[in-house]
Amino acid sequence: MSTPIIDARGLACPEPVVLTQQAAKKYDAFTVLVDNRTAVQNITRFCGYQKLSVLTTQEGSEFRMEIAAKGN
Amino acid sequence: MKRFIGIIVTGGVIGAVAVLLVVLGNPGNMGFCIACFLRDMAGAMKLQTAPVVQYFRPEIVGLVLGALAASLAAREFQPRGGSSPLLRFVLGAFVMVGALMFLGCPLRMVLRIGGGDLNAVIGLLGFSAGILLGVLALHKGFSLKRTYSLGYAEGAGLPVVLLLLFGAWLFVPALFAFSKEGPGSMAAPVWAALAAGLVVGVLAQRTRLCMVGGIRDAVLFRDFYLLCGFAAILAVTLIGNAIAGKLVFGIEGQPIAHTDGLWNFLGMVLVGWGCVLLGGCPLRQLILTGEGNSDSAVTVLGMIVGAAFCHNFGLASSAEGPTFNGQVAVIIGLLITAVISVTNLQKRGSAT
Repeated sequence: MSTPIIDARGLACPEPVVLTQQAAKKYDAFTVLVDNRTAVQNITRFCGYQKLSVLTTQEGSEFRMEIAAKGN
Repeated sequence: MKRFIGIIVTGGVIGAVAVLLVVLGNPGNMGFCIACFLRDMAGAMKLQTAPVVQYFRPEIVGLVLGALAASLAAREFQPRGGSSPLLRFVLGAFVMVGALMFLGCPLRMVLRIGGGDLNAVIGLLGFSAGILLGVLALHKGFSLKRTYSLGYAEGAGLPVVLLLLFGAWLFVPALFAFSKEGPGSMAAPVWAALAAGLVVGVLAQRTRLCMVGGIRDAVLFRDFYLLCGFAAILAVTLIGNAIAGKLVFGIEGQPIAHTDGLWNFLGMVLVGWGCVLLGGCPLRQLILTGEGNSDSAVTVLGMIVGAAFCHNFGLASSAEGPTFNGQVAVIIGLLITAVISVTNLQKRGSAT
């Protein structure tokens, strides 16, 4: 099953993390798209605090972050 | 803890370099002040003609070029822009109005506290209140919309202009104004100032240090990463000033500061709120400019023009206190920031 996709590309700090935070309240698993490493680092740190698992893959200059509640 | 080491070291280096720059000649508690330095540069280029605040600050050039070099080395130089440039310009200008009401950007606010200036603690309370207003806007869906990839000339534009102006200032100084007295006449040697800017520019680019991000992320996400940098600057500045014999706790007689608590508070409310909407403090805007972000370059230009307005229209405070015009401008700034906040709320669409 495909997970919901949050498109945070081109958004300024800290909007990608705000969108991730809101998505984490709604979905057990989702994907966030970002286009800079600062956003990747911020979201990864957020997921660490929230005990969410995150798998990041780089596609050109963009990053795809697959996020899930641990245990899923 | 390991992931915090970089930001703590960066904060510590900034604190130490800031104290050193004051020892070498910069004005008191002003090792770095992005607002004051951009204001001095506006004066050096005669965009404003207040005789005491005219000097082309090499620290600013160093910060932008340091960030440019670090981002190129790390392959993070990304020319981009197009996210509400006019609103960013306006917010940048009003952030400057707030900062020159208080007499310092968020970084100088911390350096002032680290020098014992208790007026800056009031400023910190206002700054925090402003950040909370910005966080509220973010929670409600505030966004200045997306940026887009742009060409290299766009991304490199302001760094190159700064470099050319710096060269002109070095080799044809008669083109520029130089203060003979006041804060604009107090400066560390050119190469020390440039080196300090370069070092801090590199470190700030690598660690994403941001003075507004510290409190913002702690409130929004319980993320204390950036706040560690903020705390490290304060701790090292306190220690450094104690060693240098410059730590004097008090309200009265602090260097380049006034004692009007209400307006110190309100000025920094405007700075905190505006900076959250802009996505970063004035220092961070310079660093992002070095990374090729032309939205931040426009914000920096807004701050420079805002600084020129502040002195041409009598908005900036002095050691004697705020001006009536400045108080009116801060109120107008708060109203305009509120309008920008409300008119850029968007319903967060659900995921696709």
